[in-house]
Amino acid sequence: MKPAPFGYADPTSLDEALTLLTEDGAKVLAGGQSLLPLLSMRLASPATLVDINKVPGLDTVAVSGDGVRVGALVRHAQLLHHPEAARVQPLLARATANVAHPAIRNRGTTVGSIAHADPSGEMTSVLALTGGSVTVATPEGSSAVDWADFFVGPLETSVHGPAVVTDAFFPALPPRSGTAFEEVSRRKGDYAVCGAGVTVTLDDDSRVVSARAAYISVGLVPEVHDLTEAVHGRTVDQADWAAAGDLARTLVDPDGDLHASADYRRLLVGVLTERTLARAGAEAAGRTA
Amino acid sequence: MSTPVQTERAITVTVNGVPRETTVPVRRLLSDALRHDLQLTGTHVGCEHGVCGACTVLVDGTPVRSCLVLAVQVDGKEVTTVEGLARDDGRGGEILHPVQEAFRECHALQCGFCTPGFLMTMAAGLEARDTSADITEEEVDEIVGGNLCRCTGYANIKKACRHAAGLMKEAGQ
Repeated sequence: MKPAPFGYADPTSLDEALTLLTEDGAKVLAGGQSLLPLLSMRLASPATLVDINKVPGLDTVAVSGDGVRVGALVRHAQLLHHPEAARVQPLLARATANVAHPAIRNRGTTVGSIAHADPSGEMTSVLALTGGSVTVATPEGSSAVDWADFFVGPLETSVHGPAVVTDAFFPALPPRSGTAFEEVSRRKGDYAVCGAGVTVTLDDDSRVVSARAAYISVGLVPEVHDLTEAVHGRTVDQADWAAAGDLARTLVDPDGDLHASADYRRLLVGVLTERTLARAGAEAAGRTA
Repeated sequence: MSTPVQTERAITVTVNGVPRETTVPVRRLLSDALRHDLQLTGTHVGCEHGVCGACTVLVDGTPVRSCLVLAVQVDGKEVTTVEGLARDDGRGGEILHPVQEAFRECHALQCGFCTPGFLMTMAAGLEARDTSADITEEEVDEIVGGNLCRCTGYANIKKACRHAAGLMKEAGQ
């Protein structure tokens, strides 16, 4: 349970980090809360760790009317306790509250967990649900990558070669909208057996025009499911959220594992969808009133 | 100037208020550096992959899993371990931290293996909150929820958390 030997460098600029990452077998170390267990269990044995913790400018949360840009060194705890970010996009605080335990959140980074692309990670699905993107820096320059083009498979992204994901951008919650996030886990803070994040948007007459959901620990990559047809045109009080839950169950394709069968996960998708949509709908109605 | 890739590095870490210098292989986990290189065996190592919380220490006052941090990453930082939790009473003895008092009072440990991690997590968690307010069950769950105990069944650990919060509230009045 000790990491295999590796080389370590802690550059103080992004350019230096990218130069170091051109070496074979070099890997970025940010918060390390997923990477270090992989090293200790010897599931990963990179030749070199490029620790980006001393690279300046990556530790800021920039909030604007358009959304929230989260730097690569922003810890989950920082985002959880950021009222301004929560006001523009409430899912950020609601989801990070479900990321592991306080001691892990103090060290783990939100962008790192997105780059890690674990289907049981919360923030990958939140990036998808909000229609977000990441900024990928390579020796050739920086570019934005939409969430749908970023996640390729479990623990796999479309980014190869020397690259650092320098930030993630979460668009603002649209007007007349509400959100909710909830997980079922075996122990508080454990990986979710199933989780759901949702947004509900109403029109000027307080009728549902959009109901969308993304799930945690369901499927191989984050997916956004449009559940609007089950509740479209209804007021929040009239909407049949259970019908939306039923619809969601037909759209997902969960796997079974040691912790839960595929059927149980599908059941949870229905239950969590109904619950979270009802809460998000009530919140949207409260904002519209 | 390019940053060197190293396999060993000399580090200086202030541990429990005392600056300590040591040279470690870069792959050395903080938990192992504390125990093996600095002989501070109060920090216990359970699962070594971040699940159990036994190795929790404070880095610059913030609780982290010492098995999920490399020793080289705390170069220049302040680390507090369970050995540094009690205060010097100025007469050669020590004054226990309220969470240590509460663990003793509430019989919150049996074998004691998980205790250092619980104490550090709880001390930081209770100090970070408004100590003048009564603690809620949700707060207790949030504070102790990341640590595993295989003996107690948690009832007395949660009781100790409430008791420590009470002691800290009294002390602040």
